[in-house]
Amino acid sequence: MARITTLSEAIAGAVRDGDTIALEGFTHLIPHAACHEIIRQGRKDLTLIRMTPDLVYDQMIGMGCVKKLVFSWGGNPGVGSLHRFRDAVENNWPHKLELEEHSHAAMANAYEAGASGLPCAIFRGYIGGDLPKVNPKIKRVTCPFTGEELAAIPSHRPDVAIIHAQRADRAGNVMIEGVLGVQKEAVLASKRSLVTVEEIVDELPERSLNAVVLPHWTVGNVVAVPGGAFPSYAQGYYPRNNSFYKAWDDIAKDRESFSAWMKTNVLDKGPEAFAQYARKHQAAAE
Amino acid sequence: MADYKPAEMMTVAAARSLKNDDICFVGIGQPSAACNLARLTHAPDITLIYESGTLATKPTVLPLSIGDGELCDTALTTVSVPEMFRYWLQGGRIKVGFLGGAQIDKFANLNTTVVGPYDKPKVRLPGGGGAPEIATSCGEIFIIMAQGKRSFVEKLDFVTSIGHVSGGDSRARLGVRTKGPTKLITDMAVWAPDPETKEMTVVSIHPGVTREQIQENTGWTVKFAASVAETPAPTAKELDVLRELHARTNKAHAAA
Repeated sequence: MARITTLSEAIAGAVRDGDTIALEGFTHLIPHAACHEIIRQGRKDLTLIRMTPDLVYDQMIGMGCVKKLVFSWGGNPGVGSLHRFRDAVENNWPHKLELEEHSHAAMANAYEAGASGLPCAIFRGYIGGDLPKVNPKIKRVTCPFTGEELAAIPSHRPDVAIIHAQRADRAGNVMIEGVLGVQKEAVLASKRSLVTVEEIVDELPERSLNAVVLPHWTVGNVVAVPGGAFPSYAQGYYPRNNSFYKAWDDIAKDRESFSAWMKTNVLDKGPEAFAQYARKHQAAAE
Repeated sequence: MADYKPAEMMTVAAARSLKNDDICFVGIGQPSAACNLARLTHAPDITLIYESGTLATKPTVLPLSIGDGELCDTALTTVSVPEMFRYWLQGGRIKVGFLGGAQIDKFANLNTTVVGPYDKPKVRLPGGGGAPEIATSCGEIFIIMAQGKRSFVEKLDFVTSIGHVSGGDSRARLGVRTKGPTKLITDMAVWAPDPETKEMTVVSIHPGVTREQIQENTGWTVKFAASVAETPAPTAKELDVLRELHARTNKAHAAA
């Protein structure tokens, strides 16, 4: 049953040192505010699952929260490298980072299998390339009906899934619109979950009969954090801040400027700092 | 003839490869520019699909990321990412996939994972993303990449996604039924696989580029087709549309 709470309480209750966690959102609705709160609470030895690590995992890796990364594409979209991710892999800074590397198809299938309660995901993939040589969890299975060889990997069953959505009602039913990514699957695959939302409303708005809604009894914690996906975006609320994604390249390039940015913008701030982004862009849209 | 840059010739040549009835899986960057240039010129009805789940999208500016709101706003519909990879890509619904990479070899296998050894890389690249399954599930693959000795290499440091593997029928012997790379479009030439050996072979050279220059920017001994054409230079209309698209895009990305 969803608990409507504050971000610091929700993270303190749901995320423990050593947990396997998935912050999802495929470009859209990336839970930046929740990522910052995990960093502020100093969580350690985390195994992070995410298709595209993006800025959120770059920040958590650089701040030393992460033991292992399970991922499929670790770049800054349209810009270039994730420098903290690269520094960890290439130079072990701030410490060694274990990798479990997949393709997008594999990751998407593993979330879906997790949400389906299956132990593994089966799909047609990983043919001929080198990823199976460096990831021992990629296996082959034979279809019992046709004899076709298919790829199999374990399903994702995170301890905690964290996503951002546009809105929830007061019971904690969560509605997601736009690019959906794997958010629904991540929540349904996880033991615990936390959803930050732009707003909590009395009643979900008029919607398509097939709108994507996570019922309140599938969600652990719901927290209103306006602007909480910035510099990612929330369809209908504010656009992706592409200029910030470009600026991150310089901020994250060296360790000192990264650490200084994290102190000013994360360690010395709270979740309420995100509200300015929601407001600024709402004003711009009017 | 209008002045143009080699990168513009590359995008224009890639755009011309696309047809009005193509269903195309689009990657960010050069492929996205080429696909949208095609849509805004000779292929107005082309179906563009981005892996974020946006089906039949018609963006007015190029997305910076694969899931910008612009793609969703202008799409026919948007599906979840598992559905995208299972029903649409694995289901065999996509005719053309566009790929690029940090390294390519003569059989158009691609590396986007690491430069150097996997466990101790000199450069850790972003990784495969959708490429390993795009490479085998799309009907055919177009590759768009600028040429250079560091990127056109004899041996890849890592095979992220396969092309024609080790040539001949080696791709088919892995059980892959799709065609694989049928075109490689660079800033110097257009390449296509030899029908027998499957080695990528120069079939058309861009205006002003010499065979020697192509060889100097390739890490293996280049094969040229028996008859090599000259790529028609970009038309004024193609350049206008491409430049306007980039100008709109830069303005939009700076403003956000």
